[in-house]
Amino acid sequence: MSATLQNLVNQPYKHGFVTSIESDVAPKGLNADTIRMISTKKKEPEWLLEFRLKSYEAWLKMEEPIWPNVHYPKIDFQAISYYSAPKQKPKLKSMDEVDPELLRTFEKLGVPLHERMALAGVAVDVIFDSVSVATTYKDKLAEVGIIFCSMSEAVLDHPELVQKYLGTVIPPSDNFYAALNSAVFTDGSFCYIPKGVQCPMDLSTYFRINTEESGQFERTLIVAEEGASVSYLEGCTAPAFSSNQLHAAVVELVALDNADIKYSTVQNWYAGDEKGVGGIYNFVTKRGLAKGVNSRISWTQVETGSAITWKYPSCVLLGDNSVGEFYSVAVTNHYQQADTGTKMIHIGKNTRSTIVSKGISAGHSNNSYRGLVKVAPGATGARNYSQCDSMLVGQNSGAHTFPYIQVANNSSQIEHEASTSKIGEDQLFYFAQRGIDAEAAVSMIINGFCKDVFQQLPMEFAVEATALLSFKLEGSVG
Amino acid sequence: MIYPDSKIVLEVRGLCATVNGTEILKGLDLTVRRGEVHAIMGPNGSGKSTFSKILAGHSAYEVTGGSVMFEGQNLFDLAPEERARAGVFLAFQYPIEIPGVINSQFLRLTYNTVQTHRGKEELDPLEFDDYVREKMKLLEMSPDFLERSVNEGFSGGEKKRNEILQMAMLDPRLAILDETDSGLDIDALRIVANGVNQLANKDNAIVLVTHYQRLLNYIVPDYVHVMEAGRIIKTGGKELALELESRGYDWVGVEHKAVAGAVA
Repeated sequence: MSATLQNLVNQPYKHGFVTSIESDVAPKGLNADTIRMISTKKKEPEWLLEFRLKSYEAWLKMEEPIWPNVHYPKIDFQAISYYSAPKQKPKLKSMDEVDPELLRTFEKLGVPLHERMALAGVAVDVIFDSVSVATTYKDKLAEVGIIFCSMSEAVLDHPELVQKYLGTVIPPSDNFYAALNSAVFTDGSFCYIPKGVQCPMDLSTYFRINTEESGQFERTLIVAEEGASVSYLEGCTAPAFSSNQLHAAVVELVALDNADIKYSTVQNWYAGDEKGVGGIYNFVTKRGLAKGVNSRISWTQVETGSAITWKYPSCVLLGDNSVGEFYSVAVTNHYQQADTGTKMIHIGKNTRSTIVSKGISAGHSNNSYRGLVKVAPGATGARNYSQCDSMLVGQNSGAHTFPYIQVANNSSQIEHEASTSKIGEDQLFYFAQRGIDAEAAVSMIINGFCKDVFQQLPMEFAVEATALLSFKLEGSVG
Repeated sequence: MIYPDSKIVLEVRGLCATVNGTEILKGLDLTVRRGEVHAIMGPNGSGKSTFSKILAGHSAYEVTGGSVMFEGQNLFDLAPEERARAGVFLAFQYPIEIPGVINSQFLRLTYNTVQTHRGKEELDPLEFDDYVREKMKLLEMSPDFLERSVNEGFSGGEKKRNEILQMAMLDPRLAILDETDSGLDIDALRIVANGVNQLANKDNAIVLVTHYQRLLNYIVPDYVHVMEAGRIIKTGGKELALELESRGYDWVGVEHKAVAGAVA
């Protein structure tokens, strides 16, 4: 790999800074008392404390999964602090009331919140560490009956809805990290779209880890009632810390008859330095239940950050004629490791799913696609199309594909396509001979490679993702 | 065409170069002036393609001696992309495929990059579309070329036309056409050659690198050079190409050795 290519991929993390808002941090360690403390701090109802404690019991009996194609030192779960909240947490009606320090943080990230809201008309539920500090556009959404708030608020203000759906898509015993999350989650987003309502704007949440050594366990629940539709954007950036941080989020989506949920993510957690020191461990469980007939769940993700990514946004296609989609771009560089993909579980009749996965590996990184397409005996007429493309940059990166296909109905139709390509010196020379430098060339090749996925992103996100990818790969090709 | 007192575009003196430690060019001399068309011919392995890639700045080759001046400046001071912006154009023998990158977007990026360097206005996608479609007529290209990935799945002839299209867009000072005739059927050859002829003018220079004489029936050179073992051993007019066609290359080498021997 030439020097230009190296320099292009190896830019320092742009969003590496720590804001100095005082935090209220729980002592390290996890036991039933820690969980009671979290629940008390958040003034939660009894049923939720029980949910947490049961999850904790389940978690104690579970073991960390070792099957992913990633390697890292054993995590000491007793060395993590499970709660951290900014001390100052006022209820704010407008951005003017937000701590200016916080606003500056978002500006450093290149996401001036006020501008975003004014120009783009996006309601942003700001999650800073684990507690929401500003929720906007809520009134406008409330007019059409949409509830969009932090999980903590939802628990207090809409307990019946939360209780009805929480843990129904991803039960606490689903897996090790989901159980952990169910026991200790601190906050996240809650979104409820009532019957027949088309959400008038993209809903967006910015997550941000801000306290060193504090694990972050978000919990997000989105419910779209009959005939409702919503597009939800999740963007993540985090400051550059030297030690690893655990991040184990759970996201549950429920779509009833004819409902449509589109969930888009741009993930740029701190990936560690170029030697692989530091970086976030991102162990996420995301699943959507297409419960009703003709319902649709669509996941789009652009994964560029984290030292380790372990994430399989999935769809359970329960309703007849329901549709599941997964569009993914995963970029790894330096010593990053990603094991990501999806599960499409076809249960209803004539269910359809599409998987488009693009993996880009540079530096010494390792990028794996892992996907399951499962057709249950009753899923007559099920169809799946999967496309998994890998691109290698340089000599030392790895790309792997682990497709699992389990079909129990002979009327189904499954297609799987895969390809591996490489950004070569000769391609870059061709660009150079036309006056285009390596940086612009790599950007163009990568964007061409990821086009099918970027097309699925909301416009503003697509622009951001394009810039993010170029920036992540700067220095790696040449 | 040869113009009296025309400015020198390219001046190569004693150029020596190696690839992976093997010496390929061994003291090559060549002077090209504005308005001229030069043909460099020679057997396989004589160093013709190496020479074109070195002029374009391919990193696989190491220049070990000699000098190359382009429009009065040291060519080796410029990175490959700077050479291209300054007006060095190489039409590749094997244009590489770039899957996923749409031809129209690629063409517009290269056009705007070079235009910007020359202090000229960039074109927006709509303006560029008009501009490029006009240029495509020159090469009898169908507009659907614009929507395909760069060179991907192009036939040999389509790839070569795409190269000459870029030459037409970028308006280079020096165009080096590396075996542009290879892989072309007679119709495609005629179209490509016709395009090149229309692009040749008194301000630019063209160097044709070719193994066969047949291209020279369509693009008539002012000078024909014979290359062997890394240097130019004979230079003549267009009739030299015909002589090579009928007699092959061996006699040139024999004659050259005889002359060299006599001088020694």
